[in-house]
Amino acid sequence: MTGSVSYVYGVAGPSPALDDAVRGLRGVDGAPVRVVAAGDVAAVVSDVPAADFEERPLAAHLEDLDWLEAVARAHHGVIDAVAARVTVLPLRLATIYRDDQGVRAVLTAGGAAFRSRLARLAGHVEWGVKLYAEPAAAPDGPPGGSGESSRLSPGRAYLRSRSRERTARDEAHRAAADAVRRVHEAASAHAVEHVRHRVQQGPLVRGTSENVSNDAYLVPSGRSDAFLSAVREAAGAGTPVRAEITGPWAPYSFAAGAPGAEDRADGADGENRADGAREEAAPG
Amino acid sequence: MTMDAVPPPEDGADPLPQRQVALIDLLDRLLTGGVVITGDVVLSIADIDLVRVSLRALIVSISEENPSPWGGVGAETARDRHVA
Repeated sequence: MTGSVSYVYGVAGPSPALDDAVRGLRGVDGAPVRVVAAGDVAAVVSDVPAADFEERPLAAHLEDLDWLEAVARAHHGVIDAVAARVTVLPLRLATIYRDDQGVRAVLTAGGAAFRSRLARLAGHVEWGVKLYAEPAAAPDGPPGGSGESSRLSPGRAYLRSRSRERTARDEAHRAAADAVRRVHEAASAHAVEHVRHRVQQGPLVRGTSENVSNDAYLVPSGRSDAFLSAVREAAGAGTPVRAEITGPWAPYSFAAGAPGAEDRADGADGENRADGAREEAAPG
Repeated sequence: MTMDAVPPPEDGADPLPQRQVALIDLLDRLLTGGVVITGDVVLSIADIDLVRVSLRALIVSISEENPSPWGGVGAETARDRHVA
C-alpha cells in the first residue's frame, strides 16, 4: 500500500448486497472499490495515490476544476451504485485515511452513530428542488418612457422608469418568496427532513433565471411520486417560479448526524440547514 | 435504499435520471452534505475547510451579499473539533 491512501466514499451495513454492489465497481482514478468492515458497519473504500491526496497536492488539485469534477463524479458514481442496492451514508468529498487501519478505527469509534443514522435513512431518498424566479414582466412603458413620461425631462423620466423597475422587481421577489413558501409546504407534506442549500450562483450555473431556493428533501421511497406531484403542482403554471427537480439522490444532504452528533437530540434533525449556518456534526 | 421504488418520471421534463447530474448540484451535496469525519493525518491537515477556501474563488463569485459559498470562516474553526 505504499504510495496510496484510503479514500472513503461512504458507510453502510455489511451485507452480501453491499459486496455485490462494489464488485467490479471503480472509484477515483479508476481504482477498484472494496469494503472495509469493522463490527457491524462497513466503509466503501478505494486506494488513491498519496501523491495526489496529501495536503499540498490536494490543495493544488482542488483549484483545478477538471480534477475536482473527476473526483466528484467518481465519488458520486460509487455512492450511486451502492445506494441502488443498500442504504448508504455518503461521506464528505475527499475523506482520506492513511490506510485501512484508520478506516476501521473510525468505524469502530463511530459505529453506534453510523448505525443509528443508517437506520433513519433506510427506505428514503433525497430529492433536490430548485426554484427559479420567472423573469418579471417588463414594467409598463418602454425604457425612456412614452405617454406621461415623455413629457418629463430626461432625468426625471429616467428616475421614474428606474423606480418602476424597482417596484416591479420588489413585487416579483415577493411573489417568488410566496411561491417558495407554498412549494416548501407542499413538499414538506411528503418529506421527513429538509435541508436548505445555498442558492446557486456563479460561473457553474447554467441558464439565466435567478435561483431563488435550493432545497433538499428526505422522502420515503414509497412517497416519491406523491412528493413529485405535489411539488410540480405547487410550482406549476400560473406561479411565478419554475421548479427544477433533481434526484433521486443518495441521502447526501441528510447524512449529518453520524459521529460527533450522538449527543444531539434526535428530534433536532427535522430542519437541518446546509447553508452558512449549518454545522453537520455537533462540537466536541 | 432501493432506488427501484422510484420509477423514472414519464413526462421527460424533470427529473432526468439518465442525464449526467450537474456539477454544481453534485458539489452542493459533496461539499456541504455528507458525513464530516476527521480523516487520518492527511485530512486532519487538509481538512475539508481547505476545500472550501480553495474553491471559494472558483465556484462562486463572492460579493458582500454572498461572502462565502459554503459556510463562513467562523464555522470553519468548529470543524477542527470534529472527532472521528
